[in-house]
Amino acid sequence: MLCDICHKNIATVHLTEIMDDKIMEFHICQECARLKAEELKQHLSISEFLSNLTIQEDLDKKLKDIRCSFCGITFYDFKKKGRLGCANCYFTFKDQLFPIIKKVHSTTQHKGKFPPTVKEEIIVDKKLAILRERLKKAIQIEAYEEAAMIRDQIKELKKKEKSENV
Amino acid sequence: MFEELLENKRGWLNAEGPHSDIVISTRIRVARNIQNYPFPWKASLSYKEEIISKVREATTKIDAMRQASFIKMGTLSSLDKQFLLERHLISQEHTRSQRGKALILSVSEDFSVMINEEDHLRLQVIFSGFDLQKAWSFINQLDDELSKYLCFSFSPEIGYLTACPTNLGTGLRASCMLHLPGLVLTKQIDKILELLAKLSFTTRGLFGEGTQALGNFFQVSNQATLGFSEEEIIDSLKGVVHQVREHELTARNSLLKKYRRTFEDSTWRSLGILRNCRLISTKEAFSHLSMLCIGVDLGIIKDISRSVINNLFVIIQPAHLQKLEGKVLKEEDRDYIRASVIREKLVRNKN
Repeated sequence: MLCDICHKNIATVHLTEIMDDKIMEFHICQECARLKAEELKQHLSISEFLSNLTIQEDLDKKLKDIRCSFCGITFYDFKKKGRLGCANCYFTFKDQLFPIIKKVHSTTQHKGKFPPTVKEEIIVDKKLAILRERLKKAIQIEAYEEAAMIRDQIKELKKKEKSENV
Repeated sequence: MFEELLENKRGWLNAEGPHSDIVISTRIRVARNIQNYPFPWKASLSYKEEIISKVREATTKIDAMRQASFIKMGTLSSLDKQFLLERHLISQEHTRSQRGKALILSVSEDFSVMINEEDHLRLQVIFSGFDLQKAWSFINQLDDELSKYLCFSFSPEIGYLTACPTNLGTGLRASCMLHLPGLVLTKQIDKILELLAKLSFTTRGLFGEGTQALGNFFQVSNQATLGFSEEEIIDSLKGVVHQVREHELTARNSLLKKYRRTFEDSTWRSLGILRNCRLISTKEAFSHLSMLCIGVDLGIIKDISRSVINNLFVIIQPAHLQKLEGKVLKEEDRDYIRASVIREKLVRNKN
């Protein structure tokens, strides 16, 4: 019998568990048992550990199924090529992509220029969002003087926005 | 057009501009994509042709771009492409033969637009010396003008959308080409490169990714494109380049102080070889020209100008030599022609 994990070696460790009134049997080789021993310890049960494996497989399958509605690539295509197929991919694969963007750039917030054609109110909204984030951080680290300054900037920006809308 | 470029001594290698002794050139590029088209690798030929004509049409409406040459990459020979690469006007990726690629190039070589490289547009400006501010205001202006006629893919949250997420946000890569023989000779360069990497700057050789530091040239550029404003990116690059330059100056002074005789001997020997050689490879020529640069910078050699040397760095490269000669040359013939071009340019002042 081959190991349930590596599918290469002969399984020599046999486990039986009762899960949801069903008897589950797992057969693992020495090597995989040794490698996974630490991980297994951290899990509540072997079944949870192995079901995590299957969840991962389901997730991978799901990623292969989701296609960008505009250019038709899957997230797997992106992983293989290292390039997205179109601008829409950023939104199709947001859940998978944003953690990668965060890893590369340490943030997911654009702070640079906007195309001149973008409406003023969108730019103001963006500026407000950045200021609010800074305010939150300032309060967290108890930098109250800075927080007061940021709050004033927010007020100023809002006032400007209102007067322009009138 | 190639003849004009060959004659061009006013471009980014004229040794003018601030601190051009050590900072040879300043380059900024932005990546942009047009809305409602797949990125180039995923776009069909007809889509790519549409993108090319849209960009071309836009540039004809912009004063600063109207005079620029328009070139379809497919119409160029591999020698032509190599020539443009040697002048840093296109990237390696753009030389790879693929249909549906084009180039817009100002004859003064101030700016170029690669169309359908990794992104629909790669707009680049390049100036001699250390002038990030000038380069940024120029490219920013060109980008604003282009934005009037082309709808770029943009999200208020994550910025300009690019084919590779590493360019996302500002899409901006600013870089300075540094000549650092002092740091190489004093063996401090590895430490400096390590430090730059820790500070999230990328260092590459003369021709970008994967090229070794030929002739003691190093390109330093920003890594992150998201989460900072363009000005912040430029300011931080400015700061580190300034520091590297200071270290280079200190290294040069300490070389002069400790080993003046050996150092002077080396620079004069380099000049001797360059003035008398009959066969020389690019690599060897680069290393002697690098010594010559530092000799001129430190006032050891007085009758040669830096602009002559900078120009030599470009024109002795393989594609340039072949363009100069007007024919395809074998490697050994190139070494021969290279030696004679160098001798001719470094001829002794008769006065």
